[in-house]
Parts: sequence; structure tokens; C-alpha cells
Amino acid sequence: MSSQISEGAGDSGIGARLVTDTTQLDLSHGTVLYLDDISVSFDGFKALNKLTLTIDAGELRCVIGPNGAGKTTMMDVITGKTRPDSGTAFFGQTIDLTKLSEPQIAHAGIGRKFQKPTVFEHHTVFENLELAMKTDKGVHASLFARLNTEQAHRIAETLDLVHLAESADRLAGSLSHGQKQWLEIGMLLMQEPKLLLLDEPVAGMTDEETDRTAELCLSLAGSHSLVVVEHDMEFVAKIARKVTVLHEGSVLAEGTLDTVQNDPRVIEVYLGR
Amino acid sequence: MLETPINGPLFSRIPGLYGPKGWMSIAIAAVIVWVVFPLLNLAVDADSVFHVSDYSVTLIGKIMCYAMVALAMDLIWGYTGILSLGHGLFFALGGYAMGMYLMRAIGRDGVYKSDLPDFMVFLDWKELPWYWAGTDSFLYCLLLAVLVPGLLAFIFGYFAFRSRIKGVYFSIITQALTFAAMLFFFRNDTGFGGNNGFTDFKRVLGFTIATAETRMVLFALSGTMLIVTLLLARYIVTSKLGRVLTAIRDAESRVMFSGYNPLGYKLFIWTLSAVICGIAGALYVPQVGIINPGEMSPANSIEIAIWTAVGGRGTLIGAIVGAGIVNFAKSFFTVAFPEYWLYFLGAIFIGVTLFMPRGVVGLLQQLKRKST
Repeated sequence: MSSQISEGAGDSGIGARLVTDTTQLDLSHGTVLYLDDISVSFDGFKALNKLTLTIDAGELRCVIGPNGAGKTTMMDVITGKTRPDSGTAFFGQTIDLTKLSEPQIAHAGIGRKFQKPTVFEHHTVFENLELAMKTDKGVHASLFARLNTEQAHRIAETLDLVHLAESADRLAGSLSHGQKQWLEIGMLLMQEPKLLLLDEPVAGMTDEETDRTAELCLSLAGSHSLVVVEHDMEFVAKIARKVTVLHEGSVLAEGTLDTVQNDPRVIEVYLGR
Repeated sequence: MLETPINGPLFSRIPGLYGPKGWMSIAIAAVIVWVVFPLLNLAVDADSVFHVSDYSVTLIGKIMCYAMVALAMDLIWGYTGILSLGHGLFFALGGYAMGMYLMRAIGRDGVYKSDLPDFMVFLDWKELPWYWAGTDSFLYCLLLAVLVPGLLAFIFGYFAFRSRIKGVYFSIITQALTFAAMLFFFRNDTGFGGNNGFTDFKRVLGFTIATAETRMVLFALSGTMLIVTLLLARYIVTSKLGRVLTAIRDAESRVMFSGYNPLGYKLFIWTLSAVICGIAGALYVPQVGIINPGEMSPANSIEIAIWTAVGGRGTLIGAIVGAGIVNFAKSFFTVAFPEYWLYFLGAIFIGVTLFMPRGVVGLLQQLKRKST
């Protein structure tokens, strides 16, 4: 039965009206995310091994690394899906991510796109964005929720931004793989996050879609902080400013794409293969 | 350009729940329940071909109670993706709550001419157990029929959903829950009549229970509650809350990472579903005249899931259709070929699962789409 009970901490309350709010995010030291000395192991396998990583406010960081390097586990820790065995994870100066549940972390301002695009397939594109929209997400509020003009306008804006305005009334399940990726990014934006975690955002996209995604990422940087995990090195080259290479659960190298690509240790474990 | 989903404040959304055709069907159903059946049963001579027999009235009244349970099942299973195999328990608890009132209403007309219900006299009990206090009040028992299933569902659901128990594990635990309750109610010491349960009711609110008029009132009440439940369910599934429930069914992790705590949503719909079953049980017992622990048997709860699957999950109307088809078939089979009923039920279930995954209503919708 244990496999059915997720390793995440139990929900701490019934309502989703939560104490944390993006307005409380303290960026006074210019850092949006601190991961310090984080270790996670599954049945003896160390998925993360004393990982230490900081992301600056407004930064666009690319994270690369071979399979099993711990990229997805790192995102699981940041979003509350997995609790670290040791180490600290702070969002801004004050929000301790290891103490919050997934919905609380989402409310605090962290949005996550999964490796496999995860949208609500039986809802229309419009409804997907409506559900993701930042608003009171308690049971009572949802039962009597009414879309106001401003909210409808925001959904329309996001539809344009992710090039899905034509498909607003289509079921999300009928979209192409690339369009689903875009819809998921659109859903993230509706949450008005301060930090976006994108796990392989261009997988399954055409070259043109990849280019547009790169543009979108670049335009979001500055007003948002982004962490992009990607295998597509062409895409990374387009957007990369600072690149972190993960290997066996910790940071192997960090710097510009050129620097890490010329790092002999990186070449050995990843790029050289 | 954009079609805004049906939205609005509390009451302004109600007219939009169904289109003109839908409202017309509901109005026709209401007329049949309130006018046509009472006339054909009470006013038309028993020899006439138009006469509706008392047997039919009780059968259809009973099936309307089952249809409420199927609707409750559709909310939790069809829309939220949580398969309960213990819904019969909530139905039975509602029935027992009403049964307590009906037992008390017998007064001294029982076999033993005692103030105590017959089974207590038989067990040589001298006074009512403490939990029978107040059960001579109809309103109090009605309250119990709502609160007991609701509270049990809330507490059970809170722990199960908080521990993130899902899928087949949840189904098995609910099945175990109803089985355990059945064993508990079988005991004479539990104070609910043991394996005989409650029966031999004489009157409800002063009216003799076995008259055609009382039967017709109960029938009309069941029909009314079925329509009310349908509209309530429709209100919920067309709200944003309903869209969140379906989202939980399809991609729960995305729901959580979108900032929703699924616990509150699951608990709300689970508890509401149990309360609907409780009300259905309370309407059912005075019509069939008996409630015993057999209603809590695991097979009964599985049958509820079959009704919903046969009609078509996630459609609401399918739940009503499914409860109707299976139960009419049951009442026919158990008279004509009683030993084959369970085989037939199993065959229906397998057939629907394999060939009509979206049930009868899903099939009709598909045919309609093809023809246009």
C-alpha cells in the first residue's frame, strides 16, 4: 500500500486558503531560491547528494546533466513533492519550502512544468487556463466562482501569448504535443509565479515552436526567475546565460555555456559521450 | 469568440443548468410523478388497462431511491475518479435512521404490546439503549439520516484522503468498511435488530404505512428528491468546483501544483455523496418496509457501481438510466429466472466494460453524433 501513499508530507489543512502569498516573497538579497546541502535518497540510491544551488531574482538558469543526475528530484524538492533527508530549501529569504505542501508552494509563487506535458485533457484549453488562474482556490470559492471581465481578459492575453487563441474551445487532449507544452506554460503563467521550473519545455516541439519557446523564455526572464532543465543543447545555447551541470546529485560545474562545455570533467561525464 | 463557461452567482446560474429540452424533460418527469402516477394508481379502476398497480408504484419508488444513490456514485466516481465500493453503507445508515423512527412509531401495536421495539423485548431488554433516545421524533431521525452517513464519510474521508490513499486501495478499504459495518449490525447486542433488522412498520407521521395514499406520497417524495438531487449535482458539475473535480480525476498532481489542495475538494464531494445516499435510504425504507444488514453487503455496493457504469459515468443522466435498466432487469429476472440473475448482472457488467466504456448514454451520444 505504501506505493499508493505518496512520499510527500500529508496535507496540512483542508482549505487551500493559505498563509503564504507572493507578496510576502522577500527578495531583499537578490536571491529567489536557495538550496543548501540537500540530500535525498531512495532505497539507498542517492538521488541528490549535498546539492547546493542559488538562483538570483530575474535569472534564467539552465540545468543540464545526464539521466539520473537528479534534475527532476531537485524540482520535486523545490515544489514539495519530495522531502529532502537533509539540507535547507528557501524561497526568497523567508519561505521554507521543506515545510510547505505542494499547493502552498504553488500559492507562494513557484510554477512547475512537468517533463511529460500535464494538462487537463478533458477540459477545453480555455478551462485549463481558467483552472490555473491565480485566485482563491478554496472549495467554497470554486463552487460560486464567476469569471469577471478582467479575468476573462487575462485568459485571452495568455491564449495569445502561447499561440492557442484559435484553439480556446478545443479539448486539451486533442492538442499536439508541442501545443500541450505551450498550454502547460500558459497555465503556469496564469498562476503568476515568481519562479518557473520548466522540465524539458521543448521536447516534442518543431524547430519553429522551439524558437518561439526560446523567445518566450527570454522575454519572461527579468520579471520572473526561470530554471530550465533541457537536453536539447541547441535550445540551451539560444537561451543560456548561466548553466549548471548536475552529476550524481550534486553540482559538477557552473558558468557560461562555453565555460562548462570546455570543463574537462563535464566533457567526461556528459558532453563527451 | 470565446465561449465563457456557464458561470454566475448562486441562483442566476440555475436556469442555465439545462437547455430548453432538458428542462422540458424534467417538467414532464415531474408531471408524471406528481399527477399521472397518482391518477393512474388511485383514481383509475384496478381492472382498467391504464391502472398502475401498487406493485409498480413501490418498484418505481424504490428504483428512484436507487437512482439517487447512482447519482451520488457518479459524482464521486464518474466526475472525481474515486471508486467507492462502500456506498451501500451510507444508504443503509440512512435507512436505519429512518427505521428507528418507524420502529418507535409502531408504539404498542407490536407482537409483544410493549413500548420497546419487539426485538428488544425478545432480547429481554428493559429499556431503550441510550442511542435510541429521541428517535420517536421524525425530524430527529431525518437529521440522523443525513448526519450519520455524512459524519462517517467525513471522518473516514479525511484520514483516507489526507494519507493520499487512491485507486484500488481506496476501493478495497471502502469495501472492507461496509463489510465490517454489516458484521457489526448483524450482532443482536448492537441494538439494531441483528440479522432481522427492522420491519413490520405500522405508520409514518400518524398515517398508516400500508395504504395506497401513503405509498403514493412516498413515491412522489422520492421522485421530487431525485429531481432535486439531479439539479444539485448538475449545479456542482457545471461550476468551477466541478471542473476542479474532473481535473483531480485526470491529473491530480497538476491540480496540486496549480495551488489547489485536493483534500478539501475530495472531502466535500465524498461527504455530499454519502449524504445523498443517506437521504435515499431514508426514503427507501418506508416504501419497502424492511431494513436489515444485508443492505450493507459488499455485493450491494458493487451493484451501485454497476448501475453507474451501465448508464454511463460522468453524465449524471446516465446514472439514473443505469439504475433503471439494471433494476428493472433485476425485478424481471429474479422472478422469471432467479438462479441466473447474478450471472446476468456479471454479463451486463463485462459487456458494458468491454463494448460500451461510456455506458448506454455514451453510446446514444455517439450514435447521435454519427447520424448528424
